[in-house]
Amino acid sequence: MKVYLDNGATTMTDPQVSDTMAKYFTEVYGNASSLHSFGKSAKEALDISRRIIADSFNADSREIIFTSGGTESDNLAIKGVARALKDKGNHIITSKIEHPAVLNSCKSLEKEGFRITYLDVDENAFIDLNQLKESITAETILVTLMHANNEVGTIQPIRRIGQICKDNNIIFHTDAVQSYTKVDIDTKKIPVDLISISSHKIHGPKGVGALYIKKGTPLTKLSDGGSHEFDVRAGTENISGIVGFAKSVDLSTPEHIKLQNRLKDQLIDGIQRSIPDTVLNGPRDNRLCSNINISFRYIEGESLLMHLDMKEIAVSTGSACSSKKLEPSHVLLAMGIRPEHAHGSIRFTISRFTTKEEIDYTIDTLKPIVEKLRAISPLK
Amino acid sequence: MMDDYNEKVIDNFRNPKNMGSMDNPDAEGEVGNPTCGDIMKVFLKIDNNIIKDIKVKTFGCVAAIATSSKMTELALGKTLEEAKDLTRDMVAKELGGLPAQKMHCSNLSVEALHKAIDNYQKKHMTKEHTTD
Repeated sequence: MKVYLDNGATTMTDPQVSDTMAKYFTEVYGNASSLHSFGKSAKEALDISRRIIADSFNADSREIIFTSGGTESDNLAIKGVARALKDKGNHIITSKIEHPAVLNSCKSLEKEGFRITYLDVDENAFIDLNQLKESITAETILVTLMHANNEVGTIQPIRRIGQICKDNNIIFHTDAVQSYTKVDIDTKKIPVDLISISSHKIHGPKGVGALYIKKGTPLTKLSDGGSHEFDVRAGTENISGIVGFAKSVDLSTPEHIKLQNRLKDQLIDGIQRSIPDTVLNGPRDNRLCSNINISFRYIEGESLLMHLDMKEIAVSTGSACSSKKLEPSHVLLAMGIRPEHAHGSIRFTISRFTTKEEIDYTIDTLKPIVEKLRAISPLK
Repeated sequence: MMDDYNEKVIDNFRNPKNMGSMDNPDAEGEVGNPTCGDIMKVFLKIDNNIIKDIKVKTFGCVAAIATSSKMTELALGKTLEEAKDLTRDMVAKELGGLPAQKMHCSNLSVEALHKAIDNYQKKHMTKEHTTD
């Protein structure tokens, strides 16, 4: 049995998505900016796709910009707003547990003279709203905080964060790459100015994403070129990718969330029942339906990952040994998890294609591997 | 990360030799720390200056386990002096090479071996002195 439990990294493209995309390579291949019928067909597909993404946020079509993915959306939002508002202030607030696309965009802005505050998180990776309020100064122009964490699934209280930003007249960006289609964001109800999303995390194709930009949000474009995407993002639109992205949004239903929540509980409970000395990293409630992150004490994550891979189960780890930097996950460390427990962490991320049988197989396979590695561990 | 490991390393990781603890070892040596993510503890049985038995316990990644196993194979049957001449590079070479970033953090087992031998020789010397 081949079991893919690394859907936080990327997902299988739904065959219905790739089928839908096919004709946009060979039939509807026009440039959406062209005036002839080929271009018009492409433009029509682009408009319909944009409408689908906009509807998912209860937003206006003109508030959706297509990009090459979550990383570009984060860069465009953070650098774009910072540079547009640099005369107003030079302070940005983010957190210690953000995705590298956000953290490194902020690091890059530090070199341009911006000052960044990195908020702490508690043991379940929640930020402290009081610390957020206290960090705001007259110079603060942007708050960028992720909606749900990619490593431990923590869902931040985005409505309250948005309200704090709105009350202080500060732009609020959220990286919703992990939560999109799993936790709704109604932009008419939740005060948020920019939202980054990505297609390949939700069974769409790789290489396409989007940025929601609330009407009137100041933003300087990153790449110079044509006036595509309402003159915010230059470059010929990736029509096939965009159509596939919209299709993947169309295909996601609340039923999938229920299914994943059941499988998540099955995996957490199954592991904790059958294997001693295991700890769930992150909260049990206010957690993404797709994320399970568990530390297996006394053993190291890469070894466990490799043994699982030999049994055709794909997972990921927060262990230092699997990273090029040889440092444990910055998210787990920010949560105050001891390094040796961070080294033994495994992330299982499920999808709507995951089955109960796959979860059973994973639990059964884990037990002897963990026992074998513990038998040779000097910590046990 | 994975594709950097060659087949020999993976094979030694899958079927590590001389793993576990030992009753009444003549010497022990431990290196590493939990922060860096690799800990190795070596147990030795020594007879007539020769390593008669060796066991190792390892907390660590694929490279840590594979090098621990290979180190025990290289050390077994050697005199203490020969064992002290073993180096990280020799272990890595026997495994057909390691990914560069793994050379220094995970390939520590030879140091654990040397520490065990040092501990044994210190103990032994003190004994000789006291019997004198």
